[in-house]
Amino acid sequence: MDPFDSLIQLLDCNGSLVEDSHYHSTLDGPALLALYRDMVLVRQLDVQATALQRQGELSLWAPLLGQEAAQIGSGRALQAQDYAFTTYREHGVAWCRGVDPVEMLRFWRGTMHQSWDANLHRLYGYQVIIGAHALHATGYAMGAQYAGRVGTGEAGRDQAVVAYFGDGAMSEGDVNEAFVFATAYQAPVVFFCQNNQWAISEPTKRQSRVPLAQRADGFGLPGIRVDGNDVIAVHAVTVEALNRARSGQGPTLIEAVTYRMGAHTTSDDPTKYRDSADDELWRGRDPIERLRIYLRAEGVLNDDLESELAHEGVSLADRMRESCRELPDPHPLSIFDHVYAGADARIDEQRREVERILSDGQVS
Amino acid sequence: MAQLTIVQAVNQGLRRALESDSKVLLMGEDIGKLGGVFRATEGLQKDFGEDRVIDSPLAESGIVGTAIGLALYGYRPVIEIQFDGFVYPAFDQIVVQLARMRYRSAGALYLPITIRMPFGGGIGSVEHHGESPEAYFASTPGLRVVACADSTDAYWMIQQAVASDDPVIFLEPKRRYYQKGEVDISADLSTALPLHRAKVLVEGSECTIISYGPTVATALQAARLAAADGVKLEVIDLRSLSPLDMPTLIESVRKTGRAVVVHEASSSGGVGGEIGQCLMQSCFYNLKAPVLRVTGYDTPYPPSRIEDDYLPDADRILDAVEKSMSY
Repeated sequence: MDPFDSLIQLLDCNGSLVEDSHYHSTLDGPALLALYRDMVLVRQLDVQATALQRQGELSLWAPLLGQEAAQIGSGRALQAQDYAFTTYREHGVAWCRGVDPVEMLRFWRGTMHQSWDANLHRLYGYQVIIGAHALHATGYAMGAQYAGRVGTGEAGRDQAVVAYFGDGAMSEGDVNEAFVFATAYQAPVVFFCQNNQWAISEPTKRQSRVPLAQRADGFGLPGIRVDGNDVIAVHAVTVEALNRARSGQGPTLIEAVTYRMGAHTTSDDPTKYRDSADDELWRGRDPIERLRIYLRAEGVLNDDLESELAHEGVSLADRMRESCRELPDPHPLSIFDHVYAGADARIDEQRREVERILSDGQVS
Repeated sequence: MAQLTIVQAVNQGLRRALESDSKVLLMGEDIGKLGGVFRATEGLQKDFGEDRVIDSPLAESGIVGTAIGLALYGYRPVIEIQFDGFVYPAFDQIVVQLARMRYRSAGALYLPITIRMPFGGGIGSVEHHGESPEAYFASTPGLRVVACADSTDAYWMIQQAVASDDPVIFLEPKRRYYQKGEVDISADLSTALPLHRAKVLVEGSECTIISYGPTVATALQAARLAAADGVKLEVIDLRSLSPLDMPTLIESVRKTGRAVVVHEASSSGGVGGEIGQCLMQSCFYNLKAPVLRVTGYDTPYPPSRIEDDYLPDADRILDAVEKSMSY
């Protein structure tokens, strides 16, 4: 079965609107144009970061190519008071949470373990351990419940939490335990699974015999399968799931069906394990192109706006290129910072040893 | 003789293990069609089939736990944990279940499982790709823990680990994966150095450097530099972290009277401390200086741009030697 069958869809691959019996988009022309801009720019960001890795400026990069709609549609559904936990591929979500692309590069250049200020952006840093943060998101959501920030109906007060992970993570114990906790407490958490069809070399069928969203039934939470390359549908289903969470109706699992157009990371070679015919098939389902067709047909997007956006993309890429090289290396002594809340005798002694090594190095 | 990198030697060793025992199975994430992210299992699924070289779901605890079940059925699973930093979800299955089966069942059940794991830093990668978790396993009764440092050992030790009737944690030095060496692949397994024996790589008289895995090459480099200054260091590749080959270490330290232990893992609670204690107990009167350690610091693994300041290098080893000599 093509994983693309029977999905919630509001905009088809040809750029035409689709009726759905339940979901209706409330997004007007300017709002859709804003989503289009986001998608174009995060693709540019991704292309530029991939190039920086190829030039040796980054040690690694996990491309989001093809997943722009899933990330932007859901990321823009979040409200300021919400909180998100992501994997290492959600640059688009980070973009929506106001993280500067140059800041994102710190992690991949190896200058910091966490690229941005989690409290400021209400976005936890890139999580590399598959699925671990699904539990963190659930606990954070339980915290919002205990703090009385759920179901008050007061605008801007009620909080929801989103846990982003992939199809592979659905096999991890932590993710399944997160479903158990979330439903046990009806925590205000949305599990947003980007099923990009591939966990490195392993296809989704290695992780599950049934559509991933169907697993939700057994845990007792709604499971929704959406066309992850349809930014309008992704936005609509995420808005509803977040509203459910904020209003105290509990967790939701969203399976956004998409495709990883690129490699798992820049260290990976997908030609070893998958057929390029699939790449072709999914190229026809591109998340950006269909919105472009629709917006042009509606007269919302025109040549002038497109060239303006292209120009903005070039400036972004230029700035990333220049600023990446200028990202400061951490001081070697920072190895010893933030291990514990207070002073520690062992750490202090080892710090002095490195101080001595560094000063000897300067002499010679 | 064949010229093999360490990762090729692991691959060849696994191939031979699969050929010589039909009960041997390989299982792990991306090990089949892709051949592993480091290509350690490249070509094996093609030649031995999907039932013997198994791509697993993405669940480390699941991999170890089902390997235990397969072993109870009579198979001899060799599983891959893709990176050192990904092993922790499987910790319960390894430490509580795998390590204790023989003891708990009073010898009725046993688990001949090998857990392969690339370990150590220095590859410039992101978080959780450069860890040295060996002390957790070396301090767990019931597990055998070994680390190879060259192609010959990679080739033979993986076969010995697979043949072992106890669970073996098999550590592969990922930043040395592409280091080449001559391997006599036609020899018989029974002629290889026993799995739990340390190996004296360079003989010397003034100080013993004990290391394993990726820092063996660093120790050898330090020995070359010291030799240029007329200082004769003895270099030992520990190979087995649990059990320790104390007779080999004791013989060396009785001769030199000095020892420096080198590893990437943090010093506190590490393998170096155990070696130091055992040496103190066995050669107290031969020691001319306390056993010293050159290790990663007692911090989490740092961001890659400063990993070189964290990892032991030849200069730090030579500093420790000098400290030992002038004690």
